[in-house]
Amino acid sequence: MKRVLLFLLLLVAAYQLMAADLPTRPDPPTLVTDLANILSPAEEQQLERKLVDFFAATSNQIAVVSVPDLQGNAIADYAVQLAHAWGIGSEKFDNGLLILVKPKTADSRGEVYIAVGYGLEGVIPDATSKQIVENEMIPYFQNNDMFGGINQASTVVMELAQGEYNYQQYAKNSGSGGFNPFIIIIILFFVLPVIFGSRRKGVYTAGGRNSSLPFWLALGMLSGNRGHGGSFSDFSSGSGRFGGGGSSFGSFGGFGGGGFGGGGAGGSW
Amino acid sequence: MKKSLIALIVIALVVLLLFVGVKNSYNRMVTMDEAVSAQWAQVENVYQRRLDLIPNLVNTVKGYASHERETLEGVIEARAKATQVTVDPSKLDAASLQKFQETQGGLSSALGRLMVVMEQYPDLKANQNFRDLQAQLEGTENRIAVERGRFNESAQGFNAYIRAFPRNIYANIFGFERKAYFEADKAAAKAPEVQF
Repeated sequence: MKRVLLFLLLLVAAYQLMAADLPTRPDPPTLVTDLANILSPAEEQQLERKLVDFFAATSNQIAVVSVPDLQGNAIADYAVQLAHAWGIGSEKFDNGLLILVKPKTADSRGEVYIAVGYGLEGVIPDATSKQIVENEMIPYFQNNDMFGGINQASTVVMELAQGEYNYQQYAKNSGSGGFNPFIIIIILFFVLPVIFGSRRKGVYTAGGRNSSLPFWLALGMLSGNRGHGGSFSDFSSGSGRFGGGGSSFGSFGGFGGGGFGGGGAGGSW
Repeated sequence: MKKSLIALIVIALVVLLLFVGVKNSYNRMVTMDEAVSAQWAQVENVYQRRLDLIPNLVNTVKGYASHERETLEGVIEARAKATQVTVDPSKLDAASLQKFQETQGGLSSALGRLMVVMEQYPDLKANQNFRDLQAQLEGTENRIAVERGRFNESAQGFNAYIRAFPRNIYANIFGFERKAYFEADKAAAKAPEVQF
């Protein structure tokens, strides 16, 4: 009898080991859950305020979570499991988003992942999540500015979710990798001198090189060329539908049971 | 006279109870069966998403690495095979699921090979279009993993329900069958790992 009991106990223990050991939902509910202590209390508060205000205005729930380690899971799995288990976003619209950060330690790389709820996948596709991670977060994280990266990314995510610009416009403006720096160099040193040089011959080499004008001109020309074929696909998130949620203004009542299906992207530094 | 009336009432009650029990079990089985089918649709969705990404990916890669013809053809062929295999959601048995998983696994490994080859082309890796596609592919692989996991969960719930006594008897009568599971991928069919 005792043996049977022991076996059963072992079985239960083994079962519990199998499921990833996710942190429990914050109580009282908060949108910022800094389990790895990467933010100062003031930064945490500022971020919480910002996210709660955004939730009150649009009903989109953006949660920021940091964990000290991922217990051997890939960050993508961990983030999606955590976001789904907590139910970030509303059940009806699945409009949740999770920014998960695992800080760099002495013997492991820092990792970050943006998990996008089903309902926001249209406004924030995976490629855009990847761009946000690479352009907005990792540069800050590399300088050990955790708040800067998270704050910047949350701003971009909010603007995308609100439809202030769409992901194509973001990709165009975010710059990095969008155009080849090689082309800029060619234009700077070969094309522009030809254009301007022919007008004012020798004068250009003295004044032109120090002026920043050619560079911006070059940029302008480039972005002009990269026009987006009249794509007016305006993925508005429908945030307007909620107008002023009214009652919950300034406070956050808890996660609503939003679903996550693996959308999003991450990176490491 | 009175005795037989009581007996009749008792029999009627038993029949009624039995009926209610069977009805509840049956309805629950239908609901769960539908849930499994719905989850299967999700699984097919995310696999379809991957199929849809491939032509674009192949075209982008072609521009940079046209002499990797063999690898590219491998992907196209595997995709064509995977497109042909569909599973009837009302008949999720082991044989059809295994076939589905085999062809999709073939596509996964063909894609994996392609990604390894791509490591040798720095120009391609710097191409924004390719990077976007890579991110989408990674995201799709994540989605596949998630939806497969959820499918297994819901199939397992259904199987456990219909196999418990006495529901196994009703399930048998009404023709509910066990659902098959996705098996863990073999090492060869691992999702392509993309590194920067």
